[in-house]
Amino acid sequence: MFFFNEGNVLSWATFFPLVGATAIVVLLAVKYLANLSKRAMDEASRWIALVTSGLSFAAAIAAWTMFDSGKATVQLEQHFVWIRAFNIEYYVGVDGLSISMVLLSGLISFVATIASMPWWSGTKAAEMAGMHDDGHDDPHHPKHFSIRMVPGYMVMLLLLQTGMMGTFVALDMFLFYVFWEVMLLPMYFLIGIWGGPRKEYAAIKFFLYTLAGSVLMLLAIIGLYYNSAPFALVDGTATAHTFNLVELARQGQAGQFGRAGAILGFDFGKLAFVCLFIGFAIKIPMFPFHTWLPDAHVEAPTPISVILAGVLLKMGIYGILRFNYPILPEATEWAAGALAVFGVINIVYAAFVCLGQTDLKKLIAYSSVSHMGFSLLGMAAMTPAGISGAVLNLFTHGIISPMLFLIVGVIYDRAHHRDIGKFGGLAQELPEYSAMMGLAFFASLGLPGLAGFISEFMVFSGAFPVFTTYTIISAMSVIITAAYYLWAIHRMFLGKLNPAYKGYPDLNWRERLSLYPLGALAIVLGFYPQAILGVINTTLHALIQNLRPL
Amino acid sequence: MESFIPLVQDNLDSVLWFQPEMALTFGTLLLFVIDLFWRKSPARVAYLTTGAAAVLGLTAVLLARQPSDATPLFNSLLANDAFANFFKWIFLGAGGLTIFVAAQGKDFPPSRIGQFYALLMAIVLGMFMMASAIDLIMIYLSLELVSVVSYVLAGYRKGDRKAAEGSLKYVIYGGVASGVMLFGMSYLYGLTGTTNIVEMAARVEALQTTGASLAATKIALVVAIVFVTAGIGYKVAAVPWHMWCPDVYEGAPTPFTAFLSVGPKAAGFALALRFFHSAFAGPPAPETGFAEALGGIPWPAVIGVVAAVTMTLGNLTALGQTNLKRLLAYSSIAHAGYTLMGVSAMSDLGTKAVMIYMLVYLVMNVGAFVVVILVAEATGSESILDYKGLARRHPVAAIAFTIFLFSLTGLPPFAGFVGKWYLFYAVWERVYTPGGGWYAVLLLIGALNTAISLYYYVRIVRAMFIDEPNVAHPPAITARAGYEILLGLSSAATIVFGLWWPYVDWAQASVRIFRG
Repeated sequence: MFFFNEGNVLSWATFFPLVGATAIVVLLAVKYLANLSKRAMDEASRWIALVTSGLSFAAAIAAWTMFDSGKATVQLEQHFVWIRAFNIEYYVGVDGLSISMVLLSGLISFVATIASMPWWSGTKAAEMAGMHDDGHDDPHHPKHFSIRMVPGYMVMLLLLQTGMMGTFVALDMFLFYVFWEVMLLPMYFLIGIWGGPRKEYAAIKFFLYTLAGSVLMLLAIIGLYYNSAPFALVDGTATAHTFNLVELARQGQAGQFGRAGAILGFDFGKLAFVCLFIGFAIKIPMFPFHTWLPDAHVEAPTPISVILAGVLLKMGIYGILRFNYPILPEATEWAAGALAVFGVINIVYAAFVCLGQTDLKKLIAYSSVSHMGFSLLGMAAMTPAGISGAVLNLFTHGIISPMLFLIVGVIYDRAHHRDIGKFGGLAQELPEYSAMMGLAFFASLGLPGLAGFISEFMVFSGAFPVFTTYTIISAMSVIITAAYYLWAIHRMFLGKLNPAYKGYPDLNWRERLSLYPLGALAIVLGFYPQAILGVINTTLHALIQNLRPL
Repeated sequence: MESFIPLVQDNLDSVLWFQPEMALTFGTLLLFVIDLFWRKSPARVAYLTTGAAAVLGLTAVLLARQPSDATPLFNSLLANDAFANFFKWIFLGAGGLTIFVAAQGKDFPPSRIGQFYALLMAIVLGMFMMASAIDLIMIYLSLELVSVVSYVLAGYRKGDRKAAEGSLKYVIYGGVASGVMLFGMSYLYGLTGTTNIVEMAARVEALQTTGASLAATKIALVVAIVFVTAGIGYKVAAVPWHMWCPDVYEGAPTPFTAFLSVGPKAAGFALALRFFHSAFAGPPAPETGFAEALGGIPWPAVIGVVAAVTMTLGNLTALGQTNLKRLLAYSSIAHAGYTLMGVSAMSDLGTKAVMIYMLVYLVMNVGAFVVVILVAEATGSESILDYKGLARRHPVAAIAFTIFLFSLTGLPPFAGFVGKWYLFYAVWERVYTPGGGWYAVLLLIGALNTAISLYYYVRIVRAMFIDEPNVAHPPAITARAGYEILLGLSSAATIVFGLWWPYVDWAQASVRIFRG
């Protein structure tokens, strides 16, 4: 792209969607003045969303190509003073960890935007999904989310994309927090307005859980700032404290926060670790803070589930690796054992819960909880293979679980239910769909040759020398994972065709457009994980260089 | 006779510094006079509004010309300092917005709107003096001026039972509170022999060390401080002096409710800050003076407890409210609790945090009340049930209200977050002071309260955007353009002030309280 350069590419990736959202708002104002038809308005906002989201993805790819993976330092920086009164800077940049997440976020956002369109659906599939607008608002038979209050939906979707991208590129603690919170509002509305039957409950639960975590995080951020050593703003002004995450990491490695005074007898480093960790753990989501996730996933419209699973869940692990690991190394070593235990609980408990699900979307939601446990276990081990596996798992899960949710969306659009037990023999009627689902399921359960396998294997091999028992327990649960997936395939696709599903249309072009790229990536990364590992390894290995679990 | 002349001279000199207040005084009288004319004219409201706006405008011009260097006025009854001026701008803003809203609305019939404007000017005058009073007598008088006129305006709606109930409660609570406060002041005067709070600081300190019968002195001091605090606590609606608040808010005409929630509250905080920082924190160590266990009591911790109880009780009670005005009343109690965190920090940073919070609170809370007025005019109801489907009936109001509510919750990127950030940081700064560990607990309570408050704020958002309206296709609401403009401006300000903080520098420059 001709106007991207190393100094602005990340800001473009972050703010393209915001530009799109603003354009839609302006267009809404024009609509009132110029009497634009609703139909034209809807189409225009869809195009704006698609184009700006695509541009953001393009910027993310451009950033990835500009990134020099040989260096562990922060690159592609953009840095200026934002609020001088509180030493707050606009500071964005990426290292190996965040560039992988930037790429993922750009990709998944774009896929989710494609999945939000009612286009290219084929007549029959569109009719079954209820995608034609007859101009009536019937609360008992809500219209498909893709044709309800379209401009509002697109604005929220774009704001969400800005928030996500910003969270991954922010290197100023305050800026990070602003982006982190900016994600909450659109998510609330996207679930609450365009969601399923219990959308109100799911939306407020998501909001309350996340906010409760983030206010604790806020306290920790204020504490870290207060306890930080003097530094300087980018323009050279000396400051007593700093929000600069790179500098905070340097001070943390030098023991600045381990030395900070105790509060009511508790070590500051550990308190800050716990506050930050709870905030991030809710987002992961880690047992016992995971209960918002199944509700949010089940009620959210398909593209929002895709974003939730593909990007938002990654923020938890990302935050721990961006804050806790580098800034609070002493407390991280102290907490490593607990991290591993929680990881194992996530893996095993959620896998068992999956076995008992009859709702396909809920099953996949819990499988996300289970898979996030691998990342926790891998990063707790603090070995090169473990931590690389943990982050690779973020990426592969970020490819596979959106696929799974898209697949659920396909069948839900046609059948309007997700009860695994009521399907049967779908493979005869929907062969292409069944093939994609098989690919996604096998990738998720860790079949060698597909993406999920590599990250799980790396996590296990990295964690084995450190947490042998935990690793063995976790590895056994892979059998359960295989069981619930295979059992679901068995019930849904094999056997005799349930006559109710006769004549169902197979995948349409919109679904292909969103599924095939992800499927291709799941295969490519299965054979060539180096594409991601090569980018993340240098940074991550530097991160854990001096860390050992206590 | 000779000693008399400098006193007169000082009074005469002070008049030059007293121009904004004089403008308000004459403005109040002028409005009463204008009110007598054009009784039948259709343009009556326009004339009166123009008059009131002109008074406030003139006051603003005079205030802007006022030098902000710290000077005692009228033989140390009032102090002119940047701190007071900061709050005076908030009062002017609150008054101006209230007039703007009242002129549009139906709460005030044309025949009686003149009285409202005149009385409102009188309250603004009282608040001006509350912010700069440095003498017990002056503090009491200005507080009473604000209170007595507020009683009248709270019961403005004749024949309305709720207005009568609210107003009566207000009078009884207010009377008791100011009586108690006066009693406490009499002790202070008896102990120190002065009514000037700046001189008081040194004498209180001397008392602490050289008091003849120390135990009795200490008890008297403690009683005095508690009683004076009660008077101030009543003004800001802090628990346990908050009971009047929901009833008065519900019964008063809504524009005046909006004014009450920001104006007198800010004045109360200005008074609290000045009183605690001047009277009990002597010049030797202003940062820690008050924390030095005056009378053997850790006062900042006491205020901290009041803050924690106030915000928790306000938020928990707000959870169950269905009337929007009552809900916002409990929310304003909760916000008084947050703001008290800044007072309990007893530091310059805490003072600055309170100032910033009051400023952003003005913007977002008045905005929220404008939506309540707008909806009440269209539906005749303040119930949350009638907000269902507002997003379709009046999208601008719904979006603006959402911005105000999230800002009140304290979410970035809105202005409310800036206020909360400074309050939290001011408290954090004290955590490492000796014996300051409890500040960490206060912070935790403040943070968890933020999460609690989200629930009831979002309930409104949900009603507006998600819930189906009560009837199938409710008609769109057409609101007065004035409301829409005000909503647009204040919601834009709520966002802009969240991302751009010039007012922080202004507060920083105004933070030093006159200490003689």
